[in-house]
Amino acid sequence: MTQASHLPISSDADIVAARQVGRTLATQAGFTGSDLTLIATAISEIARNIVVYAGHGDMTMELCERDGRRGIVVSARDDGPGIPDVELAMRDGYSTGRSLGLGLPGARRLMDEFEIASAVGKGTTITMRKWARR
Amino acid sequence: MPVPILRQGDVFIASIQLEQTDADLAKLREDLARQVGEMRVRGVIIDVTTLDVLDSYATRMLRAIAYTSRLRGARTVVVGIQPDVAFSMVELGLDLGEVSTALDLEEGLAVLRAQEPDVEHV
Repeated sequence: MTQASHLPISSDADIVAARQVGRTLATQAGFTGSDLTLIATAISEIARNIVVYAGHGDMTMELCERDGRRGIVVSARDDGPGIPDVELAMRDGYSTGRSLGLGLPGARRLMDEFEIASAVGKGTTITMRKWARR
Repeated sequence: MPVPILRQGDVFIASIQLEQTDADLAKLREDLARQVGEMRVRGVIIDVTTLDVLDSYATRMLRAIAYTSRLRGARTVVVGIQPDVAFSMVELGLDLGEVSTALDLEEGLAVLRAQEPDVEHV
């Protein structure tokens, strides 16, 4: 079964839509209870990151499987200004925008895997995964 | 969709819904700051029972709403944070600072009554 959703992200309404789509997909992957909330919250944080820092971008969410475990993979991509110091941005409490500076490091804690690539003037790509409990 | 503000005695009750956006929360803060004075309300309850996500922005706005209302002379209690949401907030490192919380609407009214004994309740 391959289920994927592709969503443009450019407004706060898109953030709400993204976490609802993510929750639905995560349910299909077999996640339950607090895991659904953790995934929806992580999606909300990285979607907001796009809106606040890049203005617009897009997200792709799909089911995935590894070693017999099902999961969800969420990718976020934008062509925004990029992050000059990714290591600094991943620190708790660091923010240049209208947040608590917990968005990216928070999303990393909520998911099992988190990769970020960013180039100044080119944009940022984030890929994160979470695996359902067997 | 703006957050509806209901009045019950000397208390405002605002129930935040699932689909409400960042802009709706920012507007709620402005509406409360103005209406707390216009309606001479002493307490505000923000009900988040139906929310399945309280991320860093929403948490920051709840704090901002509570502090703004307090500067206008009203106490705020946030009620109805669900167990999974509480768990997620802890994982994210979010906290509501000095904002009062209560289990549900009834407990929230009790908290306001305890803080402001002369508040009129229906």
